[in-house]
Amino acid sequence: MAEARYTPTELLACVAARLLEDGKSVFVGTGLPMIAAMLAQRTHAPNLLIIFEAGGIGPQVPVLPISVGDSRTFYRAVGASSMHDVMSALQSGYVDYGFLGAAAIDPYGNINTTVFGDWERPEVRLPGSGGANDIGSLCWRTIIVMRQDRRRFLKRLPFITTPGYLTGSRAREAAGLPEGTGPYRVITQLGVYGFDEATRRLMLISRHPGVTVEEIQANSEFEIIIPADVPESAPPTPEEQRILREIDPTGMVIGG
Amino acid sequence: MEILKEGHGELVGWHDPDEHRQWVRENKSRELKDKRMTVSEAVEKFVHDGDFIACGGFGHVRIPMALIYEIVRQGKRNLTMAGKTAVHDIDILIGAGCVSRVEVAYSFGHELRGLSPAGRRAVETGKCKVVAEISNAGYQWRFLAAAMGLPFIPARILMGTDTFEKSSAKIVRDPWSGKPVCLLPAAYPDVAMFHVPRCDKYGNAQIDGILVEDFELSRAARRVIVTTEEIVDEEVIRRAPDRTVIPFYLVDAVCEVPWGAHPTQMPYLYYFDEEHIREWLTLSRTEEGTKAYFDRYVFGVRDFEEYLERVGGIRKLNYLKRVEQLRESMWVPEEGRNG
Repeated sequence: MAEARYTPTELLACVAARLLEDGKSVFVGTGLPMIAAMLAQRTHAPNLLIIFEAGGIGPQVPVLPISVGDSRTFYRAVGASSMHDVMSALQSGYVDYGFLGAAAIDPYGNINTTVFGDWERPEVRLPGSGGANDIGSLCWRTIIVMRQDRRRFLKRLPFITTPGYLTGSRAREAAGLPEGTGPYRVITQLGVYGFDEATRRLMLISRHPGVTVEEIQANSEFEIIIPADVPESAPPTPEEQRILREIDPTGMVIGG
Repeated sequence: MEILKEGHGELVGWHDPDEHRQWVRENKSRELKDKRMTVSEAVEKFVHDGDFIACGGFGHVRIPMALIYEIVRQGKRNLTMAGKTAVHDIDILIGAGCVSRVEVAYSFGHELRGLSPAGRRAVETGKCKVVAEISNAGYQWRFLAAAMGLPFIPARILMGTDTFEKSSAKIVRDPWSGKPVCLLPAAYPDVAMFHVPRCDKYGNAQIDGILVEDFELSRAARRVIVTTEEIVDEEVIRRAPDRTVIPFYLVDAVCEVPWGAHPTQMPYLYYFDEEHIREWLTLSRTEEGTKAYFDRYVFGVRDFEEYLERVGGIRKLNYLKRVEQLRESMWVPEEGRNG
């Protein structure tokens, strides 16, 4: 394999950006999701509506915001609103895509960002849901971006912070969550995953350049559904890389 | 209504709606009166040991830091705090031993800057207890229910998760659709604190930019302390009443504190002081470092003005202003970079 001329984070940003469609809306956090949304806007999706949970609606973000409430999230925006307003938009079906990070995920796309060990006396305490449970419950298609290894792709989570497909099949709808919603893609440093329609279990869609199917399975505690022919993810183009440098000139997210 | 499931987290800050109405009737003045006082007086008068407190703003944005430092200075104890995306404020208050209980939507993390050493250490050693979990939308809807004078509000979140199991919410069958729906109990903080760009002496407070959940929180809290970049004439408020987010009858104290959100961001006025935030995140890795931070920036200074001198004075503050106005690029600490 030729030496990669891009960083792993650049690849993730490009893969994530290509999932977003022009004329749709996306709920983003800071970091990689923000970069992916900005990249999509500057390539194939100029009319992608970006919404931030703290109230920024449709900004023309000048530089990468550090916080979801940063004034950059409503710079030249169409609205500087409130959390109640944007969370209500989410609940009413106005938001197509939502990005989530995760410390751990299970085969049904449920995620943990709260705690490892006992909840009362944790080994590792993480920040909690934030807006993740809201996004995972309410937006049409959730995209999860995370690191993959055997400690993060778990058979069973110590704590379900945010709902995926719960126990699979129709469990999500039966719990009362909105019809037709749920995890859409999981993007890791190894590949891109979707979910099997019937069982709602994690299924490989593409592997990143140079990554084998064996590596993908070895980095998961649970069995991943692997179809016969799995294509490779397209690497970042020079144009995408140039735009990424513009968006994050200090390399705060994509690396220096 | 049929109750399908109940969360087992502690019910924080709930009151019977009639009890709350009565409390408002007896304790909240509708009189237009001068409420100016110092930060020290406001904290002494309205923040008590054991209170349930909350701050306006979001994470590191528009946080009433002068009040936070004053709570540390006055050594308030056993506070329960709303982790409604509470980041820098709650980290400082946990580090100083003021907050010992948290209902968490998002805490113990500083977004892109990494996790908070002080907050996590306190929770992992049992010094600070997480009493319930919730989500960001869930918390602000708890405040919305309180602001509306309702006992609860329905929402289609939390269901199916452990976040629900550790929350104080209940799932019932919606009598109209027949589907399960989550009921979030109202939350009335004992005191909520806000930093705003302008406010008159009566407490009519205006906010520029996103409101986050300040509209709901200011109406949910029993006592409201507002710090402001400047106290403006009532006429300034009356010329643009559409900008008023918190009207005077909600407010109990008004304190003029220029740069009062430092080191957090004040939209349109000044940017995050990344250097200072990094200093806290570095020092708070140990108990000794945490103590050194408070000795230097809280106990070692007379007031907030002396603190501003110590963090870099007018030179630093002018720099933060230029960064906010996009006239200068941001300082990024080496260890804050990825890759």
